[in-house]
Amino acid sequence: MADNQLFTLKIITPDRVFYEGEASMVEFNTTEGEIGVYKMHVPTTVIVSPGVLTITEAEGQKHAALHAGFVEILPEKVTILAEIIEWPEEIDLDRADRAKERAEERLRSKTPETDILRAETALQRALARIQVLK
Amino acid sequence: MASMRDIKRRKSSIQSTQQITKAMKLVSTVKLQRARQNAEKSEDYFHAMYSTVQSILGRTGSLEHRYLKPGEGGKKAVIVITSNRGLAGGYNSNVVKLITRGELKDEDLSIYAIGKKGKEALQKNYEIKADYSYVIEEPAYADAMAISKEVLSAFEKGEISEIYLAYTGFKNTVVHVPTLVKLLPVEVSEEASEKAGEAAKEAEDDNRAPMNFEPEDEEALDMIIPKYVTSLIYGGMIEAVASENGARMQAMDSATSNAEDMISSLSLLYNRARQGSITQELTEIIAGANAIS
Repeated sequence: MADNQLFTLKIITPDRVFYEGEASMVEFNTTEGEIGVYKMHVPTTVIVSPGVLTITEAEGQKHAALHAGFVEILPEKVTILAEIIEWPEEIDLDRADRAKERAEERLRSKTPETDILRAETALQRALARIQVLK
Repeated sequence: MASMRDIKRRKSSIQSTQQITKAMKLVSTVKLQRARQNAEKSEDYFHAMYSTVQSILGRTGSLEHRYLKPGEGGKKAVIVITSNRGLAGGYNSNVVKLITRGELKDEDLSIYAIGKKGKEALQKNYEIKADYSYVIEEPAYADAMAISKEVLSAFEKGEISEIYLAYTGFKNTVVHVPTLVKLLPVEVSEEASEKAGEAAKEAEDDNRAPMNFEPEDEEALDMIIPKYVTSLIYGGMIEAVASENGARMQAMDSATSNAEDMISSLSLLYNRARQGSITQELTEIIAGANAIS
């Protein structure tokens, strides 16, 4: 049975194929909340929100920080069109920590010129990066 | 007939030019290979992006959406991708011609220039709204994001009514096609809407569920179309870089072989002149000897 629970997962970015393989489950954050996808999901297209991407393969789990893009879910195949995505080893923790502090600072000392949306996405990204490394 | 020394000087000057063109050809061959690999690597992404967007639009073609209808009034914007450096044959002027001779020539345009050469050629007759020339050296997706953000915000504010992209498409090493595409409003190709209709019907026949969208279509479009525009701009930049190097390689190749031709005809001329001068000297000596005896 184990074989039948696998579906094809493909993650592509503008400059490389990030991941291609068989997975039994993939979890990520969308604009509508966090979701996990198994095989035979209803065909759906969702928009990505910054968060942790977890791929469950037969041999174990893999994590990555997924920041932007959208996902096309079909019963046998899931394609993630990622604008920005990183493996844990590509993340600079210090930088993420600094970015988090900066974003929090900006949100705390709100002035009319603050681009709140931008600060919030920056914060979300930094948190996703930090979380992936833990 | 030119003197021997003149011919020699000219020959050596052509020889050094030839060395330069040869080196430039080699450099652009290497760069072309790299640019081509980049273009191939990102192909998957654009195909997936294009087919997703077309299938969404195919199903929701009649949707009232701000990205699907032209803005009122305002100028038309053109993003022009050229190179920063010349000596690439007709590469830059072909892109410029798309604008100065094409269907847009009488319009009031604002130009978003990527590449110095295009900017220099267009700034006489059109308004240059922004200059991103530095990005073409090493196009990154983040650059494309910044550019698309800027044009989209101008579009939303109503400063511009339509957005076009002018670049050189890369078919293969020798064929490069100057291309003008409309980015916004997004147009649904008839083929795509037919296909989407068929796919929906097929899905019904097979008892498969049609594609759902979360969030709803309209909101999804709001987020997907900017990504679509960004990916088109990025794709345009990558193809343009490949075409630029391809065009330069061809131009430098023909320059090198032209230099070769000139050198061989000058060598012939030089040898003839040398022989002529020897013959003349001999005749003079013999004539002088005859006069004495």
